[in-house]
Amino acid sequence: MKEVLNSSVFFSVMLTIIGYELGISLKKKFHYAIFNPLLVDIIFVILVLVIFDVDYENYNAGAKNLTYLLTPATVCLAIPLYQQFDLLKHNLKAIFAGIVSGVFTSLGSVFILAYLFGLSHEEYVTLLPKSITTAIGMGVSEQLGGIVTITVAAIIITGVFGNMAAEWILNFFHIKDPVAKGIAIGTAAHAVGTAKALEMGEIEGAMSSLSITVAGLLTVIGASIFANIL
Amino acid sequence: MKYLKQFGIILIISFCSELLKKLIPLSIPASVYGIILMLIVLKTKIVRVDSVKETANFLLDIMPILFVPAGVGLLTSWKIIQTKLVSLLVVVLSTTIIVMVVTGRVTQAVIKHEKRKKNERSVE
Repeated sequence: MKEVLNSSVFFSVMLTIIGYELGISLKKKFHYAIFNPLLVDIIFVILVLVIFDVDYENYNAGAKNLTYLLTPATVCLAIPLYQQFDLLKHNLKAIFAGIVSGVFTSLGSVFILAYLFGLSHEEYVTLLPKSITTAIGMGVSEQLGGIVTITVAAIIITGVFGNMAAEWILNFFHIKDPVAKGIAIGTAAHAVGTAKALEMGEIEGAMSSLSITVAGLLTVIGASIFANIL
Repeated sequence: MKYLKQFGIILIISFCSELLKKLIPLSIPASVYGIILMLIVLKTKIVRVDSVKETANFLLDIMPILFVPAGVGLLTSWKIIQTKLVSLLVVVLSTTIIVMVVTGRVTQAVIKHEKRKKNERSVE
């Protein structure tokens, strides 16, 4: 059995899809944010790998086919953005004010917490790019001398948490405008959050997609400035 | 053949964005160039939405599970993460909430402000 699981071509992708469907049915039954399908799926796959003693490398040999689709899927985020382009033009000022304030809040709050926790310079720059998409974040962390592995972990946890808690946070703080919701999710929780924004609606999805790009680029500049102050 | 052609177009854009990443010496991932590139070809009508729509919707629909392998990958760096777990979680969770709230409230406030300005102008 172990040998089959370690060498099967289809096992990884099959397992990943089953885990996601399991998450969807749990969410339907219990309605708690913690039963977020993405989070359930990650935990489910980790449990199966640990229980059946399957190496991550062997899982990833099949699962990398999913990762392979990530760039084409991200490219497709331009389509809702294209369809909502008038809305973007119409709210240009608000959108840019929102993203710029979000990016500086992200960098500023990491700075304050790093200072309070007495984190080292290395740990501080590791966390600076935590709100942006993995590929840009890794580059930023590397350039500033951070620990890239932890940056990736921080980015993934941010995304999954943003995906899971977005509805609750936005409701609690009375953020009701669909444009504002999308911008908030994309700026705080990059592409993983955007997957949630797309479920909320086309406007939310389009605005969240836009934020990934703009917030990512602004963070590249902002992080190099913030890196010098702690 | 509709889906094959649509997927082909999306892969052409993805490939061109990889080329751009090679040519431009910045730490910006191919997918970010890809979003911009796709938006440009749609805006300039080089590619019509109808010629990518169904496949694009499929890819967007399955997007959440594309992040699962990276999430499971935390398993391999667990030893390093474990040593910093508490401070990592506190910083990551609290800043995510703060950023989402500030961004959303600022965007919403400016939208309301702009609307009010427009209404006043139309009353005058």
